[in-house]
Amino acid sequence: MTTAEIQKAILDILASIAPDEDLSKLDPQVPFRDQMELDSMDFLDIVMELRKRYRVQIPEEDYPALASMNSSVEYLLPRMKDISA
Amino acid sequence: MIAPHPDCQRIVITGVGLTAPNGNSLKELRESLLAGRSGVTRFETRYFGETVAGVCQFDELRYQTRKVLRRGTRAGSVGIYCANEAIRDAGLDWENVDKSAVGIYVGVTEHGNVETEQEIHQLKQYGYDIQFWSHHHNPRTVANNPAGEISLNLGITGPHYTLGAACAAGNAGIIQGAQMLRLGECDLAICGGVSESIHTFGIFASFHSQGALARHEDPTKASRPFDADRNGIVVAEGGCLFILERLSDARSRGARIYGEVVGYAMNSDAYDYVLPHPERQAECIETALRRAGLEPADIDIVSTHATGTTSGDVQECLALRRVFGDDGRTLFNNTKSFIGHAMGAAGALELAGNLPSFDDRVCHATINLDRPDPECSLKGLVANQPRELPKVDTILNNSFGMLGINSVVIVRRV
Repeated sequence: MTTAEIQKAILDILASIAPDEDLSKLDPQVPFRDQMELDSMDFLDIVMELRKRYRVQIPEEDYPALASMNSSVEYLLPRMKDISA
Repeated sequence: MIAPHPDCQRIVITGVGLTAPNGNSLKELRESLLAGRSGVTRFETRYFGETVAGVCQFDELRYQTRKVLRRGTRAGSVGIYCANEAIRDAGLDWENVDKSAVGIYVGVTEHGNVETEQEIHQLKQYGYDIQFWSHHHNPRTVANNPAGEISLNLGITGPHYTLGAACAAGNAGIIQGAQMLRLGECDLAICGGVSESIHTFGIFASFHSQGALARHEDPTKASRPFDADRNGIVVAEGGCLFILERLSDARSRGARIYGEVVGYAMNSDAYDYVLPHPERQAECIETALRRAGLEPADIDIVSTHATGTTSGDVQECLALRRVFGDDGRTLFNNTKSFIGHAMGAAGALELAGNLPSFDDRVCHATINLDRPDPECSLKGLVANQPRELPKVDTILNNSFGMLGINSVVIVRRV
C-alpha cells in the first residue's frame, strides 16, 4: 500500500469508529485525540480494525506510533508495503 | 383499606417511556391496542432462518450519537430511548434534578447472548483466532449493561442495576423501584424492563426445540393466547421504563399521576425449570391483593401473562379462576396477542398499555381469539374487540417466568 492508500485506510477506520465526526479537516500532524473524541477503547478499535482488515499486528509498545495520521503512516508504511489496497 | 401508607410512602407512576413493536410512545401503543393493530412481522435471524417476531422501529438517534450507538448494545439503546422519553413525559425539570438521588432498575430476561453470539459469529470468519475477539465484549455483556448505559447517557450517579427475572422482569423492575423509594435509597426511580431478545438466534432455536415457538402464515395471527390453535411464543423486543416517585413529591411538583402502585408480590414455584405452577401463581396474586388491601372483586382489569403456549395459558387460567372465580366481574386481556412476548420488557409494557384505561375506561382486548380453548375459559376475557367499562379504578398485572418466578403488580387510579 502507498502512503495515500494507508491514509485512506486509516480514515475509513476512523469514520467507522467515530461516524459523527467531520474528518475532512483532520490535521495529519496533530494527534487524533486532540482533534476528535477518541478514548482508549476507540483507540483499541483502530488497532483491531487494522488487524482485521489488513492482518497488521501492532504490539502494545508501538501504540504511541498511531497517535496522528503522519506518525501512523510512517509506522505502517514498511509494515503494509506488501499489502494490496 | 387502600394503601395504608403516609403520602411519603405511597408510590406513584408519573412518567412512561416505551418502545413496542406497535408503537414508540404510550399514545401510539394505546391507539394500536384499541385499533387491534399487531406489531408482529416476518423476521429472519442467523442460522434459524425465517420466523416471526415483534420488531421495534424507534428512533435510535433521538438520544444517542452514532458513535455511542455503535459502542453499546441494543438493550442499552432501548433503555436509553425509554428512559429519556419517560423523563420527558414526567415533565421533570431534569437539569435541576439531583442525579445522585435517581435510581435505575431495569428488568431483563437475559443479557449478553446477543453480543456473545455476534462475537463468536465474527470470530468464525477469522478461524476462531482469539486475537480477533473484541475488547467491547465485556462492557457490552456485563449484566448491568442496559441500566449502566442509561446512567452514562443521562449522567445519573445514583444506583443502577438490572434485575434478572426471566419474563417476570418488567414487574420486578417496577417493584424494585417502589421498594427503593420507600427505603429512601432514591428520590426518583427509573424502572421497568427491556428486551433485545430477537437479536439472539438462540432464543428462537431454544423455543423451537422446546416445541414452544409460534408459527403462522400471517405473522399478525401468530401470537394467539387462549386460542385453541395457539402453537407457541412470538419473541419480541421492546422496552418500557416508568418514572416512579413518592406521592408527596409528585404532588408537590404538580406532576400528572398515572396511578399508584398499591400492591405487589413476587414468589417462586420451586417446581420446574419451564413449567408454571398455578397454585404458586394464585398465591402470588393473593399476596399482592392482600398487601393492597383489596379483594379480587375490586380489580377491574387483569393484564394476563399468557404467552400462547399450549400448557402455560391453561395453567394461568387455573390460577385466575381460583382467585377471581368465574362471575365475569373482573375483565381479562392480553397484550402479547398484539406485540408478542417482549421478555424482560413484557410486564412493564403490558402494564403501560393498560394504564390509559383509567381515563378512557376501555379495556383493550386479546386478539386472535378465533376458537377459544375451553381449558382457557375466563368469563371476563375481552375477546378481539375492546370493551367499555363504567369505570376503571384498579389494574392487576401478571408476569411470570422460567425457573418458576412469579410477579404481580397492582396499580390504582389516584
